[in-house]
Amino acid sequence: MSGTDWRNLAISAALLGLAALLPVYGSPYWLTMGTTMAMFVVLATSWALFSGPTHYISLATAAFFGIGTFVTGLGFQSLPFWVLPPLAAIIGAGLAALVGLVTLRLSGVYFVIFTLGLAEMVRQVVTWVQNQTGHRGMYVLTSITEREIYWMLVGLGALVFLAGWLIGRSRLGFALRIIGNDETVAKHAGIDTALAKVALFMVPGAVAAATGAILAPRYIYIEPATAFAPLLSFQVVIMALLGGTGRLWGPIAGVIPFSLLWEAITRQAPNQTLLLLGIAFLVIVYLLPGGFVGLWDRLRRRFGGHS
Amino acid sequence: MFILITGLLLGGTYALIALGLNLQYGVARIMNLANGEMLVAGGFAAFWLYTAGQVNPVAALIVIAPVAFVANWLIYRFMLQPLVKRAKSRGALEVDSILATFGMSFAFVGIMTWAFGGGYFNYAFLAQPLEMFGSSYAQNRVVAFVLAVVIGGALWLWLTYSRVGLNLRAVAVNPASASLVGVDVRRASALAFALGGAVTATGGALVSMFFTLDASVGVLFTMKALIIIIMGGVGDIRGTIVAAVILGIAETAVARLIDPGLTLAAAYLLFLLVLLFRPAGLFGKARG
Amino acid sequence: MSRTVLQVRNVTKRFGGLVAVNDVSFDVTEHSVMGLIGPNGSGKSTMINMISGSFAPTSGSIRLEGHELAGKPAHKVARLGVGRTFQLVRLLPELSVLDNVIAGAAFGHRRRWGAEAKAHALTLIERLGLSAVMGMPVSALTYIDTKRVELARALAGEPEVLLLDEWLAGLNPTELGTGIALIRSLRDEGRTIILVEHVMDAIRSLCDRCVVMSSGAKIAEGSPAEVLSDPEVIRAYLGDDDA
Repeated sequence: MSGTDWRNLAISAALLGLAALLPVYGSPYWLTMGTTMAMFVVLATSWALFSGPTHYISLATAAFFGIGTFVTGLGFQSLPFWVLPPLAAIIGAGLAALVGLVTLRLSGVYFVIFTLGLAEMVRQVVTWVQNQTGHRGMYVLTSITEREIYWMLVGLGALVFLAGWLIGRSRLGFALRIIGNDETVAKHAGIDTALAKVALFMVPGAVAAATGAILAPRYIYIEPATAFAPLLSFQVVIMALLGGTGRLWGPIAGVIPFSLLWEAITRQAPNQTLLLLGIAFLVIVYLLPGGFVGLWDRLRRRFGGHS
Repeated sequence: MFILITGLLLGGTYALIALGLNLQYGVARIMNLANGEMLVAGGFAAFWLYTAGQVNPVAALIVIAPVAFVANWLIYRFMLQPLVKRAKSRGALEVDSILATFGMSFAFVGIMTWAFGGGYFNYAFLAQPLEMFGSSYAQNRVVAFVLAVVIGGALWLWLTYSRVGLNLRAVAVNPASASLVGVDVRRASALAFALGGAVTATGGALVSMFFTLDASVGVLFTMKALIIIIMGGVGDIRGTIVAAVILGIAETAVARLIDPGLTLAAAYLLFLLVLLFRPAGLFGKARG
Repeated sequence: MSRTVLQVRNVTKRFGGLVAVNDVSFDVTEHSVMGLIGPNGSGKSTMINMISGSFAPTSGSIRLEGHELAGKPAHKVARLGVGRTFQLVRLLPELSVLDNVIAGAAFGHRRRWGAEAKAHALTLIERLGLSAVMGMPVSALTYIDTKRVELARALAGEPEVLLLDEWLAGLNPTELGTGIALIRSLRDEGRTIILVEHVMDAIRSLCDRCVVMSSGAKIAEGSPAEVLSDPEVIRAYLGDDDA
């Protein structure tokens, strides 16, 4: 590891410590906000691990997340809670592998379209199964406090960053960057592009499912319509792109301002959240390609900082 | 038999909607994910003209189609053409256009919710039953189907036999070569996009005659249109029509025989089969 | 007589009703440069694309040192030892020159990673005269330098056979001289190369043997001097408006 690596590690550890202390110094309001932000940091960062280098826009987050909440909903009475997030992660990774095997051999458009409807499709199937078996929603009543949920998310976040850092230095990460640049070149250079894409797509799948499993106790009552709400997928995409996917820390830079803005809008004009989402997409495409990370790099270049 | 005919009636309207999107994607190379909102807007317009002005939805098409044409032309000219110009590759344009049209899609939903409220809307037009082959079908569905066939047929004839239609098809096959033989690719793309939008809005007006719409239902139609296009093959009109009918029948069958809540799941099953076995579309040539 | 590295036998490729390559066979021997020539549309590029695994032949066999390549996906073909450049240069625009070359080293026939891959890539960059432009973004390179980077990437995996698809096309006369000298030096290193080319000077001075294709079929094979004086080859070229 080089000197910058040690410096980055020290900064990351300090920030992580600061984040972990939020329940100690923050008010309950900020704990709730912090939990939401931690959730989006985890989701958006893991999303960017795959969609950043490949430019394949995944809208499957809500599907994985919903499956994770159902894992907890179905399993919390018979299994110890600490088993559930890893179990959800395995199931999420498995589903991601299936989705990836079907769509990732083909061009990016197929992938976007398939993931666009995935959450809704899973919701229909789950609802149907519940109707058949006579169950409707589920109560998830546990002794887990919001503080614990928050800490679990911070821990998961640390894992995601570690994974991202390792992937960035690995052959797999390099292969994905090549694929994102030119898939034909990647194939002729000897990369099994389909396998590489499927392998990396399993990461956000697993993370989103684990996140859902961790957050399930917060919702208390779980039903398909809320667990699989497609909006979540779009929020994650927006936050990751707003921050920028070029760096590991990019999505955080998008999550924090966007969560605050979203919170303000939902409180003052709850009907305008979709308009906000739409405008945010347009702002990113037309004014902020590359997100805040891109802006930061451009500014640094212009004002003569070292590159 | 009932399922087949109901499915066919539904499929006819789907075909028209998918044809609109196929023009936009096939010729203008814009994967327009705000397409469903254009459909809902067309439906809203028909609803509003009917309830507020007593205008027959069929007559309303004369207003709706040109307005949608102009609106889509403006969208293409001012929002999408800059993306086309700056795109370094087809892939970059795809990502940009997907994100931009998502943005438009949400913005449209937001505006429509704000303007018309979040409730459902429908109106009773030709709601009487019509007896055919021993079963009864809603007249409005039959009328919508007939209109879809007429409009779709006219579009197909125009694309196949007119000079402008030939230009559009040339651009669909290869924009670079088309421009070499004197086709103005930018104009052709704008025209295709505007026309596609007009066709979709028309489809929306037809759908509103028998379907309950609300401001946020658009994405569901976008999804279905996309599945139809992929099933039928990008740029393939015949494939689009066949795929739309298959989807219409499959949805009707699942809704009648299993559960009406599973229509998208049914569409997904078809989608999955196509992706696994015929990724280039029903009539597409498999390419290695 | 040297060993045969690549063996193409009765290869045919149909696109729908069009026969792009019709029953073509030839051998490529070790440490030699084989020219694949012919008028535009004669099926050369299709042949190259089949050897490199871009698409599968309709029938026939392509064997590299005993391994069947026909029908294998491109990444497997690359790992078995086929490296290629593209007719229209394809670089990885967001990556540095060094990473562009490492891309070839990390996943190719002989795989390297980490410090080893970097050292190998640097050697090739030096060898192809790219050291001076190494710090430049790929988009700022001159045309011949983009071609050099692509060549370095193809060489980085140490392929058994290198396919150069019109690598010299579009170079100005000075660059052409440099380019020909570069390919000659690769041949002198003992590499095995298949050259698809239109530049006659290059064919004459570089190729040990040539295969001439016209309308999808092989019409001649032999030394450059032999095939270029073959009446059928002359007819094929002059009968075509791209001669």
